[in-house]
Amino acid sequence: MGTSDIAERPSEVISIRNLWAGYDHEPVLEAINLSVEELDFIGLIGPNGSGKTTFFKVLLGLLKPMHGEVRILGMSVQKGRRYIGYVPQSVEFDHAFPISVWEVVLLGRLGKRRLFQPYTAKDQTIVANALRDVDMLHLRDRAISELSGGQRKRVYIARALATKPRILLLDEPLAGIDPQAGSHIYELLKQLNRHLTILLISHDIGAIAACVKTVGCLNRRLFYHGEKQITPEMLNTVYNCPVDLIAHGIPHRVFSSHFIEEIKQARERGGRE
Amino acid sequence: MIEALQFDFMRNALIAGTLVSVACGIIGTFVVINRIVFISGGIAHAAYGGIGLGYFFKLSPVLGAVIFSVAAALGMGIVQRRTHQRADTMIGVMWAIGMAIGIILIDLTEGYKADLMSYLFGSILTVTSHDLLIMLILDIVIVILAIAFYRELLAISFDEVFATISNVPVNVIYLTLMCMIALTIVMMMRVVGLIMVIALLTMPAAISGQYMKSMKKMMALASLLGIVFTTSGLWLSYLLNLTSGATIILVAGLGYCLSAIAQLFKKRLSSAAIREAPTSNQSRY
Repeated sequence: MGTSDIAERPSEVISIRNLWAGYDHEPVLEAINLSVEELDFIGLIGPNGSGKTTFFKVLLGLLKPMHGEVRILGMSVQKGRRYIGYVPQSVEFDHAFPISVWEVVLLGRLGKRRLFQPYTAKDQTIVANALRDVDMLHLRDRAISELSGGQRKRVYIARALATKPRILLLDEPLAGIDPQAGSHIYELLKQLNRHLTILLISHDIGAIAACVKTVGCLNRRLFYHGEKQITPEMLNTVYNCPVDLIAHGIPHRVFSSHFIEEIKQARERGGRE
Repeated sequence: MIEALQFDFMRNALIAGTLVSVACGIIGTFVVINRIVFISGGIAHAAYGGIGLGYFFKLSPVLGAVIFSVAAALGMGIVQRRTHQRADTMIGVMWAIGMAIGIILIDLTEGYKADLMSYLFGSILTVTSHDLLIMLILDIVIVILAIAFYRELLAISFDEVFATISNVPVNVIYLTLMCMIALTIVMMMRVVGLIMVIALLTMPAAISGQYMKSMKKMMALASLLGIVFTTSGLWLSYLLNLTSGATIILVAGLGYCLSAIAQLFKKRLSSAAIREAPTSNQSRY
């Protein structure tokens, strides 16, 4: 990414207008409107089955919207997804799949070339840099199956970085990772956010709050005001029962103190019943 | 044993075993890592419908098998990709229908049905030099395709979603792989027979996968193991006057079991080593 093209960059990198999407004519996402600006770092939370994964599928062009429009960098999703680096929650592969860390990240360069065209020295450099960014270069020859969950997540981040993306999409970046490894990943994301737009989804508010710039709630509909605070109204609309969610230590700054009180009271009431 | 080599049929059989092993090692690796052993079994059995077709229309049964197995491979590949639930049921159905068509067509065919059993149980000792030429051509095609699409095949095998968003033509590559599997199966039919095809397709690759950490090396070792199994199976069947296809499969099966046991011991040993280290420390306190 040269500095010369910064001036030409549109400030809006993802634009979603009145998006409806779902499976078998059953909408999972309804009337979603979202404008993602350059260098945004948006965390979207929502309970299981809230359409988080469906939302990403639409952004990646894996699922056609029933209605509405999605543009990435002003292009259609099929074209624009070249600029998206996707980090999946997990990759379902054979537990003994014969592939090394290096080979996985090299796959990130696959979309950048035509059939039969071999990888170049430049590709090798990009892969090495991506692995250095996530601090995994020393494990480059290790088989992917021999890594821990956190290390594997880093490799997937490196693979996404190797595509030289402008937007990074992360699906549950902390699922199945211990807290220490998790904070490393968030530090990394904060650094990457200096020159990348990041969008991540999670069901865990606490995890998200530590690093994102703004938060939205998703449950069929999207509640996003471009702010860091989650209002009780947002949560109440998204989660029918906020009490369960707040159960494990959430950084209080996400919520107003009034809201924390309200939740404590609700929990006490729940306990008594 | 050397005197066996003076027979043309024995020499042809050894060459056939080697040629088939190369295709088996490469395609078997894809089958194992993509976990489509069941589909491959389905293709093999459905190919029997093609044998029936060949007999019924007085065509070459091998040609019939090629047509049927490629059709079955494409059908099963599409079912696997399009339907998200119960693809295995539909594959099982196609497997059975293919076989049933073969049996009925053979019933309807008048006259003596020569070497019908050889398609089911293999007849490596009757391989002609014409067959060898076809095997060689198929090998070359498979090797070229595997090299040309190596990265794409690796990508769709490891993470199909990522391959899709990288704009890899996932469906085309996957269906090409299915056709390659079908052709390999027809080629193997001569050696071990349709019923035992999946065994020879998967065992060398499965053993190789326990030791090799890259797809290229896994293919190479699988091919080598295939050559060892077919050659030693052939010698053994010659010495003991046993059916060659079944002997080859048993040799491969023995290799697989030994390798699995060796892996088990390796795991035991390494986990015991880990367990012992902290306990010996603790005992000092």
